[in-house]
Amino acid sequence: MGNFYIPDLKLIIPEGILILSALCILMEGVFRKTESFLSFRRFNHYGILALVGALVVLIFQHHSGEKWVTFEGQIIQDDLIFFAKVLILMGSAAVLAVSLPIMAKEHIVSFEYLPLILLGTVGMLLMVEANDFMTLFVGLEMQGLSLYVLAALNRDQVTASEAALKYFILGALATCLYLYGASLIYGFSGSTNFQAIASVIRIESTEGLSMGLFVGLIFIMASLSFKVSAVPFHMWTPDVYQGCPTPITAFIAAAPKVAAMVVFLRVMVGPFLLLYEEWQFLIVSISFASMILGAFAALRQTNLKRLLAYSAIGQMGYVLMGVAAANEEGIQGVFVYLTLYLIMIIGTFGCLLCLRGKGFEGVQNIEDLSGISRLHPKMSFILSIFMFSLAGIPPLAGFFAKLYIFKAAISAGLFGLAIVGALSSVVAAYYYLKIVKVMYFDEIPEIPAASYGQVLILSPETIVVLNISAIIIFLFFVFPSPVLEMAQRAALALPI
Amino acid sequence: MASLPLLTMTIFLPLLGALAISLNWGDEEVGKANNARWVALWTSLVTLGLSFILWMNFNPDSSGFQFEDKFQWIPLLSIGYHVGVDGISLPLVLLSAVLLPICILTSWFSIQERVSEYMIAFLVLETMLIGIFTALDFVLFYVFFEGVLIPMFFIIGIWGGPRRVYAAFKFFLYTLLGSVLSLLAILYIYFEVGGSDIPLALTIPFDPKVQVWLWIAFFASFAVKIPMWPFHTWLPDAHVEAPTAGSVILAGILLKMGGYGFIRFSLPMFPEASAYFTPLIFILSVISIIYASLVALVQTDMKKLIAYSSIAHMGFVTLGIFTADAQGVQGAMTQMISHGLISAALFLCVGVLYERVHSREIVDYGGLVHVMPRYAGVFMFFILASVGLPGTSGFVGELLVLIGAYQVSTWATTLAATGMVLGAAYALWLYRRVIFGALVKSKLKSISDLNWRENIVFAPLVGGVLVLGLYPVPLLTLMETSVANVIDQYNLALESDSGGLIDPNKSLEIALYE
Repeated sequence: MGNFYIPDLKLIIPEGILILSALCILMEGVFRKTESFLSFRRFNHYGILALVGALVVLIFQHHSGEKWVTFEGQIIQDDLIFFAKVLILMGSAAVLAVSLPIMAKEHIVSFEYLPLILLGTVGMLLMVEANDFMTLFVGLEMQGLSLYVLAALNRDQVTASEAALKYFILGALATCLYLYGASLIYGFSGSTNFQAIASVIRIESTEGLSMGLFVGLIFIMASLSFKVSAVPFHMWTPDVYQGCPTPITAFIAAAPKVAAMVVFLRVMVGPFLLLYEEWQFLIVSISFASMILGAFAALRQTNLKRLLAYSAIGQMGYVLMGVAAANEEGIQGVFVYLTLYLIMIIGTFGCLLCLRGKGFEGVQNIEDLSGISRLHPKMSFILSIFMFSLAGIPPLAGFFAKLYIFKAAISAGLFGLAIVGALSSVVAAYYYLKIVKVMYFDEIPEIPAASYGQVLILSPETIVVLNISAIIIFLFFVFPSPVLEMAQRAALALPI
Repeated sequence: MASLPLLTMTIFLPLLGALAISLNWGDEEVGKANNARWVALWTSLVTLGLSFILWMNFNPDSSGFQFEDKFQWIPLLSIGYHVGVDGISLPLVLLSAVLLPICILTSWFSIQERVSEYMIAFLVLETMLIGIFTALDFVLFYVFFEGVLIPMFFIIGIWGGPRRVYAAFKFFLYTLLGSVLSLLAILYIYFEVGGSDIPLALTIPFDPKVQVWLWIAFFASFAVKIPMWPFHTWLPDAHVEAPTAGSVILAGILLKMGGYGFIRFSLPMFPEASAYFTPLIFILSVISIIYASLVALVQTDMKKLIAYSSIAHMGFVTLGIFTADAQGVQGAMTQMISHGLISAALFLCVGVLYERVHSREIVDYGGLVHVMPRYAGVFMFFILASVGLPGTSGFVGELLVLIGAYQVSTWATTLAATGMVLGAAYALWLYRRVIFGALVKSKLKSISDLNWRENIVFAPLVGGVLVLGLYPVPLLTLMETSVANVIDQYNLALESDSGGLIDPNKSLEIALYE
């Protein structure tokens, strides 16, 4: 190739598709100046098409067991990263599909929504495939900035602006922590590349590692904990979840969580695996605190989105249990849990998005679901499947996710953590059941509130997504193997 | 016969019925409800028939599992779908299959709202219950064990009494709390054994130190289910608030899940730990018997009284199981079956009155013998059976338990026998207040006696209690070999471990403070 190095662009076609479609949508939006719902709907279809196209290309390009490196070792892909990318693309596409019919009701018809979602998705893909702290930083920021703008998309709404500002400021703080940590690691290891850091640690671990590397790792961990909203860096989650328009909340709650958690896993069990004994205690504490806080803080919540925020904190605590195990079972557990969590959370938000008050405002509080099992029996049935599944009750899929995570914890000897996880899942079951209770046991209120979920707005896209996710969650116990096999292949890709 | 997966059919037939009901998208509400009722009734009757076929083809001389169906469910984790019955589980399968049609018949008219959902819940419940007693894989067992909570939560919460929401939550969370700990124990066993197959796990001896922890984890879930004092507080609420059929299932079958778990898992898998904890179990059982009977004495609500009597009767079951003696365990099994019939019948008796008068308070009744002679007779029969009158199944179970317990601990037997006296007191006093006396309440004067549907409901229960009381041999031979097998395994493990880490003869306190 002479003096030029031309990276193999073939390998990043999925990202290319997303970037190009984002730019095209941006162009069309700018030059046509269309703000109507119809054009918005068209853009939305472009977005879904782009994501599905990227997904198809990704799946056809990948051969299981294969691993490639490009951009001079900046970007890699193996089975684990492939699995994460599939999840991210599916998650983003599904959220677009469920949020389509109600965007106009949330007063969002600005075309910027689509490019931001697509670019955010590219950022997430870059995060999980990064093999270098610098590339990872670019991915994190690309994703982060898109999300901050998305949160503020509805400028006229005070709560949304407030949420976006909180999200941005705390996010900036996390970025600072990340950069400081990464520079410390660079200073003490001489590289930002994951493999290079791993080999430095391997060589130095015989003669005692310098403290600086470990301090750097702690900063990185803090910043990633912010991204996955784990205690003690969870404070933004409830406010942002509640403040943002629900479709945006759904987006923030789904794919970015998966991406951040996969990055967390890759950083911890990739370059820093040999420091396992040093960092395990920290992850165990974070996981412990997240599970407890997620369980207890959600008990008194009346706002649905706030409740789901605390539930997300708790659920991330369970996933971190798999990271703490740091063995093959742990990685499998993380992936099984993330896959099922993604499906459950998209389904839950899908149900909540469809339910509207008389004036088409979205459901806000738990009471807004009182007795809707009589008005919308199928929708209530689907939502209660997701609730029981999130609570981890067999035979629904959420149980198998918890089974995998507990299995990982026990195989790593983390008995205390497993017991705390099991007990806090009982506490958490209370608030998931509360939603079921409101839907099935309570009566329809005589004077319904303005946000009472009386109206059901459905579109073909929503129906498809909701039905597929409900069927996966409900019948997972019949055919669990596809997901489990992919998780196993992902686990084999990491050098443990 | 061998080619048909008979047991799997028995387990999943009710689920199929539930599916059929859910597909019944009729327009007319009344027609839909009637369809649901008939489909549910026939499904449960065919299931009953299938379980009888199982019984007929069952070989009681073999101690192994029969009618086994086995295939890989999650091959990656070596978790299999594995079911089978032995002499311990078959009686409980039969009990479940007998009680379900009775539940459906008794709700025929009393449930008028959301009928198809109600029937679906009961049929799903039947699948789960039969599944629990036949599962031979830990994960499968756990799926059924916790899966029961979902339909039961809806049954109590939707069709229950005034405090139904509180009761449903308490029931769900209490039992969930118990069972999540057993999930962790199951996972530990999974890694020790290298798979989740129960027959495989039964052959592997565990380190006695670990056994203690595993035993506690399983105890947490079974003691809540059965329930033992002090883990019983969910039971009175759940029983009182549940609709009649829900109470029948709760008392009749759900409580037996705990007893079954003790016999199937705790005794043979953790023999050292079981021996170690036997004094504790004895103490808790005796407290359960006496405390629950005393509490039952002062109840003003009929359902609550029967609920507390269930706790007392279950005390005999745990006492019998941990005697680890052939008679004791057989007695415990007989007691479980007999209590399944008797408590179910007693709840039905209360249900009959509740349907007519809409009150469960004892003070609202009195003098019913004058207007409901047939009902008075049936009620008396079951009250006496509950007391343990010779000739009824209650007597057989309690006698065998006491004989078994006497060989192990005299004081526990003595105290348990005292409990029987108290049992006679509260049961007969209840009967006197409700049935005898002058008929003064105006509401009761026009009350009607049992109708044909209720006669059909009570007939099999009366028959069962009488047959088991007069001639319990078929039931005892059914379980004899399997029970002997469990006890042999238990004794063998203890003998080979004599002088091991835990001395079964050492008392609990000393061992704890070591």
